[in-house]
Amino acid sequence: MEKQGTPLLQMQNIKKDFFGNQVLTDINFTLGAGEVLGLCGENGAGKSTLMKILFGMDVIRETGGYSGDVLIDGQKVTFNTPFDALAAGIGMVHQEFSLIPGFTAAENIVLNREPVKKTLLSEVFGDRLNTLNYKAIAETSAKAIEKMGVEIDANMRISDMPVGHKQFTEIARELSKDQLKLLILDEPTAVLTEKEAAALLDSIRKMSAQGIAVIFITHRLHEILSVCNKVVVMRDGYVVRDVPAEETSVSDITKWMVGRNVEAPAAAPDKQTASAASAGKAILSIRNLWVDMPGETVRNVTLDVQEGEILGIGGLAGQGKLGIPNGVMGLYDAGGHVEFDGKEIPLNNPKACLDASLAFVSEDRRDVGLLLDESLEWNIAFPAMQVQNKFLKHIGPIALRDEKAIQEVTRKYIDELMIKCTSSQQKARELSGGNQQKVCLAKAFALEPKFLFVSEPTRGIDVGAKALVLDALKKFNRERGVTVVMISSELEELRQTCDRIAIVSGGRIAGILPASESSEEFGMLMVSQVK
Amino acid sequence: MKQNKVLNFLLNNMVPIMFIIICAVLIPLSGFSAGYLLNEIITRMGRNTFLVLCLLFPIMSGMGLNFGMTLGAMAAEIAIIFVADWQIWGLPGIVLAVILSLPISVALGWLCGTIMNMAIGREMITGYIMNFFIGGWYQLVVLFMMGPIIPIVHSSIKLPRGYGIRNTVSLLNMRQTLDDLLAIRIGGIKIPVLTFLLIGLLCLFIVWFRRTKLGQDMRAVGQDMNVARDAGIKVERTRIISIIMSTVFAGFGMVIYLQNMGNLPTYTAHSQIGMFCIAALLVGGASVEKASISNAFLGVTLFHLMFIVAPAAGTEIIGDSMIGEYFRVFASYGVITLALIMYEMKKRRSKGQAGQMLAQAQREEEAS
Repeated sequence: MEKQGTPLLQMQNIKKDFFGNQVLTDINFTLGAGEVLGLCGENGAGKSTLMKILFGMDVIRETGGYSGDVLIDGQKVTFNTPFDALAAGIGMVHQEFSLIPGFTAAENIVLNREPVKKTLLSEVFGDRLNTLNYKAIAETSAKAIEKMGVEIDANMRISDMPVGHKQFTEIARELSKDQLKLLILDEPTAVLTEKEAAALLDSIRKMSAQGIAVIFITHRLHEILSVCNKVVVMRDGYVVRDVPAEETSVSDITKWMVGRNVEAPAAAPDKQTASAASAGKAILSIRNLWVDMPGETVRNVTLDVQEGEILGIGGLAGQGKLGIPNGVMGLYDAGGHVEFDGKEIPLNNPKACLDASLAFVSEDRRDVGLLLDESLEWNIAFPAMQVQNKFLKHIGPIALRDEKAIQEVTRKYIDELMIKCTSSQQKARELSGGNQQKVCLAKAFALEPKFLFVSEPTRGIDVGAKALVLDALKKFNRERGVTVVMISSELEELRQTCDRIAIVSGGRIAGILPASESSEEFGMLMVSQVK
Repeated sequence: MKQNKVLNFLLNNMVPIMFIIICAVLIPLSGFSAGYLLNEIITRMGRNTFLVLCLLFPIMSGMGLNFGMTLGAMAAEIAIIFVADWQIWGLPGIVLAVILSLPISVALGWLCGTIMNMAIGREMITGYIMNFFIGGWYQLVVLFMMGPIIPIVHSSIKLPRGYGIRNTVSLLNMRQTLDDLLAIRIGGIKIPVLTFLLIGLLCLFIVWFRRTKLGQDMRAVGQDMNVARDAGIKVERTRIISIIMSTVFAGFGMVIYLQNMGNLPTYTAHSQIGMFCIAALLVGGASVEKASISNAFLGVTLFHLMFIVAPAAGTEIIGDSMIGEYFRVFASYGVITLALIMYEMKKRRSKGQAGQMLAQAQREEEAS
């Protein structure tokens, strides 16, 4: 039907920035009907943003839109909402499930597109009083499930289903739409067992044979090779490779994914500290830790942190690296054993951790890290005041804030970390992201801990502030002998700052390597146990 | 495993079981005959069930227990005042009151739904406070505007000062019109067939409504608002419609309630109606997120059975019948509090379970 040679989807010179922060630059690729395209790249490479543009998600429009053209069947299209994209035949299965838990698979497949029967009341009150045609619903869903080629029970409630079947229900929902031409699967195999993943790959081949194009995003690279026609690798907002699948290999793709600055010397941390650290005793030992943090589940982690080192924890998003500090510090439900300096630390008890002189800079600056509507003085002094009774003066039985001491310590950290603010009285909310991050650090420093967890310290801040934050951490470690564990999704940053780097994959520690190891080695670890 | 099931059943049905036990203890103490009790229960079922059923719609759409149903009751009271003033009695009066209450209920329901949409997740407390707010407006209208602004002809319902409505409006001329029409007596027990027919009709409507597109949308919205929105369902509109429906049916229910009582306590009739209806529904085994028609029937029966027997039992035990009224209020608040606590506990329990499953998986892994 289509004009010969016109590809189904063309993306031309797509550019996107978030408030001056360029996340996509000159993205070009094409996709023919029935082709399967594997899209891979590290976190933050721009895959999700690109898909959001293609799917017309609100967030793109709200942040100023994009430049460049999206062409479907050779026609330029602009999607203002996901519903426009759906109408044009694009379906997307998101990483998070979009299912109604108390409905059956069939009800979810036809959600808001239910076949209905006319009734008397609907003539008066409108179409919403039509009754559902349960027979037609069953037929529609059965057809979609058959098209998918994976057997699931259409009458089972979603809340009773294993997680893999939920994923298949979502795919069946997209397939039940007659106009579907292009299906985007965002890490669909992340939650599947080996067998289910294999079934999904079969199903993708089947869709492709029926002429439905698929964009397949995954971190499991062998899946891409086994099912895709071509592979697009993204890094830092650029398409770095666009090759036919048969001409490449897992190690090639890994290299392209993480391969920036391969030639640059990694970090070069002063060798003495590194060796001194490895000889030191373990100050924190984690044994068989599990953490139930939504989206960052940790399974059976055993890890030793040496006294005086900076240990990095890296890995892809959703693999559990954030769960480790949050679990140890008692912010999420956790189990296992944690020993600090020879003493057992009780889990699920943040106060006990703080009392044991551990501190934590959360990745969630705005909700966990800061008292947004309070002054810098309060923000910096508050934990020390609460936990260690610092900055207090005692008059009889009454403890009062020692405003002078608070001001002093705040001034000190404002100078030390070069926090840009109008005064120490300014509200935390009014600072920029980078400066807010510095306040979070100052807050932890003011506790004068022996051990510091820093989670995603550079997320969402600009390059200059990044360097400053990382330097401050290094200085804190080297000068005061504080052991630091830094969690970050940016491998390069870890390699510049840390002595050793542990990579988390599938909720487990996949391996610990010295920072000087090559990027490819880390890349292989990152995808090794991705589930 | 089996033991677990029994325990779960007991935990989930704690409230009805508790009330069955209370009633079982109090009935013999009260010394009432079975015939008397049955008669009373049937009267009260006819009076209250319609009101309780109107609570099912907001629960379906995930808005919890609709304390805002009181707004419908106020709408019905205003309608009844007009009907009483125009001296339209009997069945025509009741039908007219129902018709008059409709636009007021829709307007108030829309207002209530709109405000609840601004306070997503806090619908119950919002509804509760809305009662007081709209209650103030109700007093303004009835106490000051009826007379000088809104024409009230009959002086029998006016306050002696010449404006405002008396504390009690007599509805003697329409008392139990609905109940008596088609009523049958079996062994001295009066069964108000027409009232029960109306209740049955509402039940049928609810069953049918669950199968409509709108009903399906409400259930979807109730379970996950974001998913429903992503699927293109108009979430806000659906929620408003469910509150409007609840308010409108509450208005109808209030007319049935008032015709049974035979008088209108102008300033207090609505004040606790929402609370008692909600308590009755909860006693029937409903929860904040789940309620069925059978919950409503069981709840009305148990809740009112307790009120019938409690004063007599109270007199029997400590010589004071006031214990009944005390028990009524105490039990209502207690049941509602319990339901709210259990709702939170359930949420926590399911969260804790996820952690237990992780620990279990880890143990298995180590064992293998």
